Amino acid sequence: MSQTTHSGSMHGGAHDAGMGEDHGSLRGYLTGFVLAAILTVIPFWLVMGHVIASKPLAILLVLALAAVQIVVHMIYFLHLNTKSEHGWNMLAFIFALVLVVIVLGASLWVMYNENANMMPMSPIYQQYHKGG
Amino acid sequence: MDHRSEIWNFLLGNLSLKVLPLHNTLEDRILQVTFAVVAISGLAIFGWVTVKRRWGYLWREWFTTVDHKKLGIMYMILATVMLLRGFTDAIMMRIQQATAFGANMGYLPPTHYDQIFTAHGAIMIFFVAMAYIVGLMNYVMPTQIGARDVAFPFLNNLSFWLTVSGVMLFMTSLFVGSFSRAGWLGYPPVSEYQLGSGVDYYIWGLQLSGLGTLLTGINFVVTILKMRAPGMSLMKMPMFTWTSLCTSGLIVVTFPILTAALFLLSLDRYVGTHFFTNDLGGNVMMYINLIWIWGHPEVYILILPLFGVFSEIVATFSGKRLFGYSSMVYATVSIMILSYLVWLHHFFTMGSGPDVNSFFALTTMMISIPTGVKIFNWLFTMYRGRVRFDVPMLWTMGFLFTFTIGGMTGVMLSVAPADFLLHNSLFLVAHFHNVIIGGVVFGVFAGINYWFPKAFGFQLDPFWGKASFWFWQIGFWVAFGPLYVLGLMGVTRRLSHFEDPSLQIWFVIAAFGAFLILLGILSFLMQLYVSIRHRERYAVGHDPWGGRTLEWSTSSPPPPYNFAFTPVVRERDAWTDMKEHGYVRPRDGFQPIHMPKNSATGVWIGLLGFAFGFGMTWYIWWLAVASFVGIVAVAIGHTFNYHREETIPAEDVKQFEHTGNWKPAGEGASA
Amino acid sequence: MNTTVADMHPPAPPVFYTREEVHHNGTLLGFWIYLMSDLFIFASLFACNAVLGTNYAGGPTASEVFDLPGLAINTALLLVSSVTFGFAMLEMARQRKRAMLIWLAVSGLLAAAFVGLEIHEFATMIAEGATPERSAFLSSFFTLVGTHGLHVTVGVIWLIVLMVQLGQFGLTEANIRRLRCLSMFWHFLDLVWVGVFSYVYLVGVLR
Repeated sequence: MSQTTHSGSMHGGAHDAGMGEDHGSLRGYLTGFVLAAILTVIPFWLVMGHVIASKPLAILLVLALAAVQIVVHMIYFLHLNTKSEHGWNMLAFIFALVLVVIVLGASLWVMYNENANMMPMSPIYQQYHKGG
Repeated sequence: MDHRSEIWNFLLGNLSLKVLPLHNTLEDRILQVTFAVVAISGLAIFGWVTVKRRWGYLWREWFTTVDHKKLGIMYMILATVMLLRGFTDAIMMRIQQATAFGANMGYLPPTHYDQIFTAHGAIMIFFVAMAYIVGLMNYVMPTQIGARDVAFPFLNNLSFWLTVSGVMLFMTSLFVGSFSRAGWLGYPPVSEYQLGSGVDYYIWGLQLSGLGTLLTGINFVVTILKMRAPGMSLMKMPMFTWTSLCTSGLIVVTFPILTAALFLLSLDRYVGTHFFTNDLGGNVMMYINLIWIWGHPEVYILILPLFGVFSEIVATFSGKRLFGYSSMVYATVSIMILSYLVWLHHFFTMGSGPDVNSFFALTTMMISIPTGVKIFNWLFTMYRGRVRFDVPMLWTMGFLFTFTIGGMTGVMLSVAPADFLLHNSLFLVAHFHNVIIGGVVFGVFAGINYWFPKAFGFQLDPFWGKASFWFWQIGFWVAFGPLYVLGLMGVTRRLSHFEDPSLQIWFVIAAFGAFLILLGILSFLMQLYVSIRHRERYAVGHDPWGGRTLEWSTSSPPPPYNFAFTPVVRERDAWTDMKEHGYVRPRDGFQPIHMPKNSATGVWIGLLGFAFGFGMTWYIWWLAVASFVGIVAVAIGHTFNYHREETIPAEDVKQFEHTGNWKPAGEGASA
Repeated sequence: MNTTVADMHPPAPPVFYTREEVHHNGTLLGFWIYLMSDLFIFASLFACNAVLGTNYAGGPTASEVFDLPGLAINTALLLVSSVTFGFAMLEMARQRKRAMLIWLAVSGLLAAAFVGLEIHEFATMIAEGATPERSAFLSSFFTLVGTHGLHVTVGVIWLIVLMVQLGQFGLTEANIRRLRCLSMFWHFLDLVWVGVFSYVYLVGVLR
């Protein structure tokens, strides 16, 4: 078994400049884990402990921490860097991320405006149509 | 259905004799005749293949193939068949609208008419236009980058069969039950509350073929990024490869949204959730928002590869390198990104308010800029070139003329206040046919005429090619010019009957135009028939047009391995460079070539996918569950096969490179 | 690229082909691009949750139905399984098959426990009348969280199949590649979960 194992893995490497050479390290995984754990505990604590009175501020903080944690996962667990696959992984990720932000952001923007303009119950609608 | 026992309900779900078109109505008579024609021609083909003992050949060489060239050809055949189906729908609508005035209700009842416009739109986009561009990319792109196959040959085969399973669901709806009457995008609330099998056929047909398209997109992106010939940097890629890359990239980031939107719609229909309902907090607009986040990039997915086709053709037939290559690349990439920022112009009228509408109107106008850049690049390529007006070039000229006008009416529609008047009118219908026929269809025919000799070693007959072009070109304007006029007069789309007799003359003209297009399609079929019949007469060498890119450097048709030795690229127009610097095709030193092995897994998954979709459509739960489990089992079983490559012996390569005939010595053994 | 034909004549014409077999494997890049496409499925579902997430339609609200301590346990399970999967990959790199399989099994069990807890959470909510049919908020909640759970389930099934294959065929090139793909899938789902617990649950309770 060990023989096939060995020759098998030797065969692959030569042309594969892939992301794979980076399997991470124990240190990396543990760093990632500790950071992720901290970044998970804080928002739970913020929400469960009712730490911040202002809801918008709390929401903003939770989302910011999530964004940071996603970056931590990207770096320490998914080993995303600018070199793997000649940078295509990174480029694909950035491309996808920009478009995901567009999907989320613009959907919210569009739908908010449609609700505001078209739903008879909404305050903005009532404001426009007062006395009209 | 009322009286049958539980066991039948279990076995057949909602199926019963009632859903078959067996009634004595004109509608059902039409379907019966259609069924007879389909059945007889199907039996004839089946019989012919059986008598000629070609099943084994078809199975080994075509159905289970992982060769991108054969898959490309199969996509083109599929698309052509579906073009006939979609066009039949079109001409039925034209006849209905030309006759149904005043007391005359026409020959199609509204329920049937609504199915026809839904099927026409969905089929033309998903199974004609998409299948054509995937077919072209499949055939041409790997040979343009000097690769022997795509990155994931098996997935390529699977994609094809998933597309076929979607096609089969759509076609089954003709005879078993009915098709969706909710328009080609299945807007709720109509698609939410429409009873019967129609919307479900639509959903599952698109889910299956959409998955196939997504896999194709991933496959092609990786192929282009990783498998280019040594020396072919990004800015040395042929233009068609660039546009294929951008289209595939768009597929990857948009088709999942289509999948998600249809998935949520199906949850609403099957489970009773409230995403797009009118009550309990659902929001119809969310579906329309999501479907157009996919839908608008989709039209650029369709047109970009054809921009690539025209770029190749214009350069070749002008005998010059493409003018403004870098600007062409940047224009393509900008279109790719901008196409993701314009979707709201499909629902300006739905109340987003001035700031949202202005933003999307601006982005829509902006996207015409890179498109304009491309038009000028093509014109400047022709300028002072020795332009040869062969059939591919004719289509290109027709495209430049027609598409530019279509683009300009698009800019008119992008003005939000104008859109409030033109929205949902026949003006819009004329506009998108103008860009899709003038762009995609003309481009596909240009591409077919251009690359056919590459794929088969003989040219397509120019006479019938020119006939086809002129019928299409004139027919298009006769058919859609009147719709522009009617749209400006305020006639809305999707109507099966009109009251105002003064409108009729326009619809009659439009119907006449549709018949001219019919002649164009028949001329194309005639062109294929004549050329195949007299293929010796039309035989050409491997580079009949004086091509500029790598696909012309190998034989026509290319051997299974495309290139005996991987080309090394120095210049943008690699083949021109090779010709100018005394390239001699190597005749010795051949080595064994490793190629992927055929696989039947794709066929099985496609068939099981069809069974799954059929079971879901008719609420035959045992069938749906069983075929889903079957799909998972076949897929897992496939992963236990580690021997996916076979070797083409050096002697076979040598034999081909010397004679140009592909007759592998080990044929009998390996088959 | 170095072994080329046409070195016979003095003014050597340029080199237009290579006799080397050019070998590429695009699986890892392809899988990464698949993950990017999957991101858009989740983006669509997140968008629905963002738009419909407060449409309670008179039914239960987020703060009424969400069990945050249970969520914390689930999050911990998934996070730990991400690290244990990382340990498996480290063992793979060291060619230690047995240790690798053990870490893989641990990761799989953690993920299975995650799915089990999620099913329990769903069952509890449905028993309390908070069903997907009750309101758009609940529809979007069940669909988004359920889709993530389905992905984790697929990951567990894939893991089992792959462990069988690793046992049967060893750490071959193909198996290593598959393991790397699964590893990406695993961490990717953890990453999506960060979005789920932060946005759907925590922000859901706040807004």
